[in-house]
Amino acid sequence: MTAAIRYLPLLLIAVAWETASQLQLVSTLALPPLSDVAVAWWDLLKSGELVTNGIASLWRAGAGLFLSIIIGASVGIAMAWWRPAQIVMGPLVEAMYPMPKSALIPVTVIWLGFGDGSKILLILLGCMLPIAVGAYNGARGSDQALVWTARSMGASRLRMLWDVVVPSATPELLNGIRTALALSFILLVSSELIVARSGLGYLIGSLGSNGSYDAMYAVVLTVAFIGFAADRLFQIFQNRMLRWQQ
Amino acid sequence: MATMSGAQLTDTARPTLLSRAGWLLAHAGSIIALAIAWELFARSGAVTPFQLPTLSSVLVRIWNDAMSGALWLNAGVTLYRALAGFAIAAVVGIVLGMAMTRIAIVRWFFDPIVSVGFPMPKVAFLPVIILWLGVYDASKITMIVVDAAFPVITATIVGIQSVDKYLIWSARNLGASNREMLWQIMLPAAMPQILTGLQVALPIALILAVFTEMVMGGYGLGGAMMSASRFADSRGVFAGILEIAVLGYVLVKGMAILRRRLLMWHQEAMAPSTV
Repeated sequence: MTAAIRYLPLLLIAVAWETASQLQLVSTLALPPLSDVAVAWWDLLKSGELVTNGIASLWRAGAGLFLSIIIGASVGIAMAWWRPAQIVMGPLVEAMYPMPKSALIPVTVIWLGFGDGSKILLILLGCMLPIAVGAYNGARGSDQALVWTARSMGASRLRMLWDVVVPSATPELLNGIRTALALSFILLVSSELIVARSGLGYLIGSLGSNGSYDAMYAVVLTVAFIGFAADRLFQIFQNRMLRWQQ
Repeated sequence: MATMSGAQLTDTARPTLLSRAGWLLAHAGSIIALAIAWELFARSGAVTPFQLPTLSSVLVRIWNDAMSGALWLNAGVTLYRALAGFAIAAVVGIVLGMAMTRIAIVRWFFDPIVSVGFPMPKVAFLPVIILWLGVYDASKITMIVVDAAFPVITATIVGIQSVDKYLIWSARNLGASNREMLWQIMLPAAMPQILTGLQVALPIALILAVFTEMVMGGYGLGGAMMSASRFADSRGVFAGILEIAVLGYVLVKGMAILRRRLLMWHQEAMAPSTV
């Protein structure tokens, strides 16, 4: 019941949307009624277009994110753990971090073409840095007392890396991954809107240029929902992972 | 780790001129190395000039663009859109965030919208915004505002909610009015958080400025890059990347300096900076 009151505003917006376009207060071309959008969504689902393009998009996002977690976390922890790595990588990370990653879209296309490869590379390049910075900040902040204790108990350097530094880097690392998760959807959709032959972003673009705006709205809302759901799921996972902290 | 803490200790000591020069060299060193590696790799013949033009030819291209004035026009247009969107997002975000902490009905209405809207990939709404507002500045700036406002809203809420309650009680006790509470207590005390939100929003604004220009074309660094890409002019593409990277770096650094300025009075300024 409290949840119902909490999310009532969203329902109100949906109702306002439906009535505004049913009563022709706004052009139904610019804002097709929500019910039409729902019908269009169902049609897209039945025809399989939504599913095949959705799988294409999720595969790209998943692969890019997976690679960026592995590379980003290793780079970040190496930077905190090993001084030369910090000297070499630190300035590069600092210089690349503020760069708007959407600028890389044309280059990834030049290198890897119009297919999956260019999107995965774009997501990898874009998401690696927030993860690396998160891992670096986390690992650097590991409690000195813990490090000294582990040392005095005779832990080897590698053992300490695994048992002390990595666990203490986890909270910040997970925050970095959460930022990267949101970024991966942004980069995915933007690259698919600009150059692609499949994927949800491509579907939005092609439906829009066909003038089937109710279907376009349906896909836009689907993408927005998937991004939202992915973030919520990750949040649950994050809380579960960090339960030992409390 | 022990070596790390040793190094940090010397870092916090007063920097001598020599150590500063060494730091600068180490800092620029890997970027210079990357630049040389780019030039050599592009000349080695392992890649075609289309895949990776030499850095020198890209720099010549940027120089020519700067001389002809195209660079300043495009960079200016991109900067204008990004900063206009950022400024609107900052004002909307701070006002809405404050209203949400103080007025129950505003909180009730916007809380689910913010919590659902924040994690959404809002770029997906770009075609809808184009449908409504066309392909000119209005739709680009609107897209930037929609995306950049969310981190500012949440940061403002967190900032105001975490204001020390003894501070609030003392101010009330000393007879502060509501208006004084807001301007002299709440806003300054929440300032570090709000600035953090703005620091998140600024790169977002730039990302979207470049991206919307890529989609809609026209003037701007993103548009110039996209048309270079259509004509298979990869020198133009790489020139665009460098220009955009420099613009991003300057903006983000400028924001960090502004933060240090504004928070001179805060304990944070005394602590050594991170990353």
